[in-house]
Amino acid sequence: MQANFVKLPTVKKTGPAFVSTRNACKLCAPLGASLVFRGIEGCVPLIHGSQGCATYIRRYVISHFKEPIDIASSNFSEATAIFGGAANLKIALDNLIRQYKPSAVGIASTCLSETIGDDVQGYLEEYRKVHVGVDIPALIYASTPSYRGTHMDGYHEAVKATVVALACGGPRSNSLNIVPGFLSAADLRHLQEIIADFQLPCTMLPDYSETLDGESWSDYQKLSPGGTPVSAIRAMGRAAATIELGRSLAGEETAASCLTEAFGVKRVTLGIPIGIRETDLFFSAVQEIAGCELPQKYAKQRGRLVDAYIDGHKTISGKRAVIYGEADFVASMASFLDEIGIVPSLCATGAPTKKFQEIVSSLLSAGHKDIIIREDADFEDMLDICSKIGVDIIIGNSKGYYLAKNLNLPLVRAGFPVHDRIGGQRILHVGYEGTQQLFDRIVNALIEYKQINSPVGYSYI
Amino acid sequence: MIEILDARKDQIFEKGAQDTFEMTCEKVSVAGSVSQRACVFCGSRVVLYPIADALHLIHGPVGCAAYTWDIRGSLSSGPELHRLSFSTDLRENEVIYGGEKKLYAALTELIETYKPKAAFVYATCIIGLIGDDIQAVCKKVAAEQGIDVIPVHSEGFRGTKKDGYKAACEALYRLIGQDDKAVVSQHSINILGDFNLAGETWIIKEYYKRMGVEVVSCMTGDGRIDEIRRAHKASMNVVQCSGSMTYLAQMMQETFGIPFERVSYFGIEDTAEALYTVARHFHDATILQNTEELVREEVNRIYPEVEKYRQELTGRKAAIYVGGSFKAFSLVKALRHLGIATAIVGSQTGNKEDYEYLEEICDPGTIIVDDTNPLELSRFMAEKNVDLLIGGVKERPIAYKMGVAFCDHNHERKEALAGFAGMINFCREVYASVTSPVWQFSPAKNLRTRKEGTEDASEFCQAAHS
Repeated sequence: MQANFVKLPTVKKTGPAFVSTRNACKLCAPLGASLVFRGIEGCVPLIHGSQGCATYIRRYVISHFKEPIDIASSNFSEATAIFGGAANLKIALDNLIRQYKPSAVGIASTCLSETIGDDVQGYLEEYRKVHVGVDIPALIYASTPSYRGTHMDGYHEAVKATVVALACGGPRSNSLNIVPGFLSAADLRHLQEIIADFQLPCTMLPDYSETLDGESWSDYQKLSPGGTPVSAIRAMGRAAATIELGRSLAGEETAASCLTEAFGVKRVTLGIPIGIRETDLFFSAVQEIAGCELPQKYAKQRGRLVDAYIDGHKTISGKRAVIYGEADFVASMASFLDEIGIVPSLCATGAPTKKFQEIVSSLLSAGHKDIIIREDADFEDMLDICSKIGVDIIIGNSKGYYLAKNLNLPLVRAGFPVHDRIGGQRILHVGYEGTQQLFDRIVNALIEYKQINSPVGYSYI
Repeated sequence: MIEILDARKDQIFEKGAQDTFEMTCEKVSVAGSVSQRACVFCGSRVVLYPIADALHLIHGPVGCAAYTWDIRGSLSSGPELHRLSFSTDLRENEVIYGGEKKLYAALTELIETYKPKAAFVYATCIIGLIGDDIQAVCKKVAAEQGIDVIPVHSEGFRGTKKDGYKAACEALYRLIGQDDKAVVSQHSINILGDFNLAGETWIIKEYYKRMGVEVVSCMTGDGRIDEIRRAHKASMNVVQCSGSMTYLAQMMQETFGIPFERVSYFGIEDTAEALYTVARHFHDATILQNTEELVREEVNRIYPEVEKYRQELTGRKAAIYVGGSFKAFSLVKALRHLGIATAIVGSQTGNKEDYEYLEEICDPGTIIVDDTNPLELSRFMAEKNVDLLIGGVKERPIAYKMGVAFCDHNHERKEALAGFAGMINFCREVYASVTSPVWQFSPAKNLRTRKEGTEDASEFCQAAHS
């Protein structure tokens, strides 16, 4: 299913001015993999490399989710780097199994283990052989060297590795698989609510909506409760269809494509449902799979959203925004801004995704001039471009505060990480409801900016 | 019950429970444990980070630089180059064919753009493995650009965080002694191991100014390359965060004959003792008198407020888990001032002597732990039924999920905790968290309160029957 919009707008292409990366707009691959593994019930992520990788990633993830997240490390030493990580990996697995009694261990490699050529898959086979007849957790391995791609590549690699390791075939069910991409905990809950309202059984992989946004506990939990059960992942090969969110996934080898190839599960690749156009596509895909009408609840949400668009349109019409973050997130945000009359003047991602320009352009209506679409961008590039082209609002994660501070502009926080505010994990972006919340926040940010900077002190705006 | 791994058993002690106290420490973390430690790179990065007029270029794939962008609360009174994150962002091709060319190009463009006073180049895990000769690249760029370009050998796997501190000290040492023309007072010191978190260096510098002691350089809080270059002119090194900086102080003693003292600026007692240590060193009546006046004045100023908090907080129990052990010593003492007993105390990087000293100052029954992890820490906290945890970002959610108050004592803190003024901030932070009404809704807290109630009741019943 592809969006059918009018011809490409004029797009300015610029190459990176600097060899170095200055204030990166991306993170490394094992972070994405760790998030996926924490979205599996009873699964401990294990990063195969130096201790710092696990610790830095934990700290970073905690700063956004404000939840405990245990990520183990195989703790490479100098000798490990010389003789290989087999022994460390085995000890790490033994210790993890003893202490955490996990249902799965998700192993992510690092630049270090990949550079020395560690054969993790081989080590795991060895481990399984030694433990034949013993009940050991599912072992999932994702190859995630940080010199290849970004945290999103790590994320999708881990989802794919999980499905390849665990999914089985069998009689077809009417269940729907959802591979949501890197969304907030609130987004994951909302998507599940939507699918449930269509009376469809659903397996979402990963699902960190509880593990990384849980309740207050009565007793300390070794691993936060929640996540996709291993048994449900095994059943993904029998599902009616897989919806994967993220336009950049189209044509790539992904978890969904592997399920199609191995078990004939239908693959549907869509954009992240932000904005009416992308959300319409999502709902019609779900309707098609469920074979039923759009529930009233969502028809009303859509109706209210249209009403709000109209109420707010004059405040935002013609405003210029910079949006940045993961390629698929930016693409959907660009589509959303485009449909409400904000010009996505600079669309940037830190990922060196070649398809990025094409994807974003395909989502914009004709007539826009001078939109800059940049892959492999960092925040210094963005600051430089924004200073030249002039923008009114910044929309994206907390890293954009750097732009907001330098340009003295309003920042609407969305995506990951949000570490200078509380509740980043509860920001809703998707569906008509998420779009509604984003829309209100964007309009209000512009109103507030005007109010603060007005010498009159308008009390009605 | 959470199981303690065999390999970890010698790193955990309960004071008074064993005949001998011999902590196993300074060893690499057990594979598969969720240590709160980071790596060699982290050690180097935290120490050098606050030098505000230097370029800090991280050579390797992007992660290490991305996770340390603007990570510390180290303030600068001038340039803020340290708050930007620079990476060579190595890709697969460079890993295969080598990253020297990219490093050279990156260094050249960044030095030409930002005009730093010096540059530090941090080697991350794979640099040695792919055979990059960063020494040679640094030398070449230094000659071309006319500034010091210093390689920091901080490959993550080459030891522990402490080895990273050492690499940072070696990098600093290369600068020290370069400026021999500077004239400084005979009553002058370097502050080592303060990082100006939330402006703490400024608080301490103000004290020394009032005492009549000149601060030649601070390594590395609000740090400047030129100050470091003349650091050898000072007559004394005053070392806080001894875990990271003692090595540098030792090198400076050896080369320049500068004596050093280890101090801490946390808590009333330790801050006063730190200032007196410096004052005594100079055998100068005026300085000593100034110091006495300063301490008296400051203590008098904060005492009534501390006393107010003590009354509210007395009788509570705390757990402390921090990076360096010197900080732990001070916290045990500072908490005692507030009537709070330390039930658990540990550090990531303490050595044998540190733990012996901790054992000495703690109450019987206190659990002392090296390089702990969330599972152990949560178990000890539950066993000891603590009301407060003092730690860093990674420890915070453990406390909160257990219904335990929390005080941030980490690199990212936004409240100054050093000096006399810092003691008040510390009291306020502890008080605000411990006495917050939100705990009434915490299931864990309520469960503990109920249990306590029944235990007290049963004890009461037993006493009544006997």
